[in-house]
Amino acid sequence: MTHALLNRRRLAALAGVAALLLIRPGSADVLPDDRADIFYSKYSGGGMDITGESVLVRKKFTENFAVEANYFVDKVSGASVDVLSQASVIKDERKQKSGTVEYLHDKTTYSLSFINSVERDYISNTTHFSLSQDMFGDLTTLTLGWSHTGDSVGENNGTASKPVIDWLGHAESRSYSGGLSQILSRNLIAGVNLEVITDNGYLANPYRSIRYYSTNTLGYSLASQIYPDTRTSTAVQTQAKYYLPYRAAVTGSYRYFRDTWGVIGNTYEIDYTHPIRNIWTLEGRVRYYKQGAATFYGDIFPYAGYQNFMARDQDLAASENITVGAKATYAFLPDGWKIFKRGTVTLDISRIRFHYLDFRDIRDYNDTPAGGNYAAGTEPLYQFNATVFQLYMSMFF
Amino acid sequence: MRSPRPVLLFGAILLLSACGNIQPWVKPYERDRLADPIMAWDRDAISSAYLDHVRETREGSRGATGSAGGGCGCN
Amino acid sequence: MQHSKVKSVKRWAAAAVLIASTAFAAGGDTGGSAPSFELTTLEGQPGALSQYKGQVVMVNFWATWCGPCQQEMPLLDQMYKKYKPAGFTLIGVNVDKDSPPVKELLARKPVSFPVLLDPANQVSKAYHVDEMPSSVIIDRKGQIRYVHRGYKPGDENEYQDRIRRLIRE
Repeated sequence: MTHALLNRRRLAALAGVAALLLIRPGSADVLPDDRADIFYSKYSGGGMDITGESVLVRKKFTENFAVEANYFVDKVSGASVDVLSQASVIKDERKQKSGTVEYLHDKTTYSLSFINSVERDYISNTTHFSLSQDMFGDLTTLTLGWSHTGDSVGENNGTASKPVIDWLGHAESRSYSGGLSQILSRNLIAGVNLEVITDNGYLANPYRSIRYYSTNTLGYSLASQIYPDTRTSTAVQTQAKYYLPYRAAVTGSYRYFRDTWGVIGNTYEIDYTHPIRNIWTLEGRVRYYKQGAATFYGDIFPYAGYQNFMARDQDLAASENITVGAKATYAFLPDGWKIFKRGTVTLDISRIRFHYLDFRDIRDYNDTPAGGNYAAGTEPLYQFNATVFQLYMSMFF
Repeated sequence: MRSPRPVLLFGAILLLSACGNIQPWVKPYERDRLADPIMAWDRDAISSAYLDHVRETREGSRGATGSAGGGCGCN
Repeated sequence: MQHSKVKSVKRWAAAAVLIASTAFAAGGDTGGSAPSFELTTLEGQPGALSQYKGQVVMVNFWATWCGPCQQEMPLLDQMYKKYKPAGFTLIGVNVDKDSPPVKELLARKPVSFPVLLDPANQVSKAYHVDEMPSSVIIDRKGQIRYVHRGYKPGDENEYQDRIRRLIRE
């Protein structure tokens, strides 16, 4: 039986939407410059290798109307820890296409996007609409957004080379967001964002299983996860950016998350950006994330059918992770050439350390020096390091 | 009988006019630093989107990851 | 009676609009006399509004960090060259806090109209500049006749219309 990769399913589509929220223009006074970007990324960690390639093009057709298109391909090889313990290497590919139109009228920017994401065993379609309004002497920007996502969830019961897809169900998600950005002084800007997401339908990852104590040689048996068919979450983020007396910027942000599954997440991040004349821009970041487990999550349950809902998906476990990243951008065309206003190339490397507080690493430890297996429920807590590498070129015209 | 609506409209306009008396404290010609690209909330959307994607697929949290606003305020 | 009800609503609405208009009135001293100013050029030479008395003057407030300002500069330059013989002057008042970026930009993209520096933003304040860029058109008698806020391609046609009318006065 082939298992898919991590839980990149619907979250991939939602993340795609989050991305669009980022791509949306800053102040609604002029639409952003035309640009084309070529992007390559590689994620290595936890037994997985995922490469990503993307192309993005953005063009204004009049001063008030712009179109943006993006194509993104993810390729996975490897298997995540809970599938490492159960099966073999997998390979999979995800293709995402998105298109956005933007219209600027006076101080308001309207934006409409469509995203389509396809994997062998997961299809997701999202529609997103937002508007952004500048007010109060352009010191304040109010943004409101709405999205709808519809997914088809399947399970591959064949192999990587000969897939047999069993379509298990559908999931639907709606997101409502609002944000306020405020210029506080000549050097300081702050923002607050709120996003409420509600999901319903088939919300579990079909490839993960729960385990419960049993009297077999392993000490535990596997069973299917049972998830609620609804989930509502609220996230609030505040951030501020400050211009330092010499030319540099420091950003601090905090996000609080809570949902009806009992997950509470806190994210803290600090970034520092340091330009060198018109040519180099260096950036460093540190991010710390901590979450509490979902109420129905358990690494190992006392017996089968212990409670109505049960999950052993590491995304819902109590965990923390810390990221340290650095980025360098070099402007090889700082002042333009022919139709190009500017050209840059960027290298971004992040190192993430993941540490789980109630998710155990159930791979076989027979060949370790200490020898022997661990008794069920006493395996070491899972932890791993991942490196995310990004290389991209941006042309502005 | 007189309708209360015009009075309510009048009251609302008065309230709004009070707001109008607070002048923007950063003038458009003082936006030089805010217009600097390093003060943009997100210089490389394609990269931030990717990192957000990496996180959302491994963490239970989702949403509220961006901001709009700031900049030169021109036009 | 229906008629008196409509009349009273109209009166309230008119009063509300009057109050609202005072609340949102900002900048734009159209109809007032243009505040005089004395600044220096990049080379340190003095430049004053009074030098151009009797001419139609357009004062354009711009900055090196303002995209739309850069967009309109070449068009302003063309307009200056075209109408100068008819008694028109364009003064570019730069609001950058430091002069090196201004020097560097004008070296790369020179203009023929006079550029004066207002790093302390005194002139910007006096003219109630509330948008970047802003263009203030002053008639031969020194009265502000038109204030244009921002720049979008096509606005230069409006500038030319107004300038032509004022030149003919």
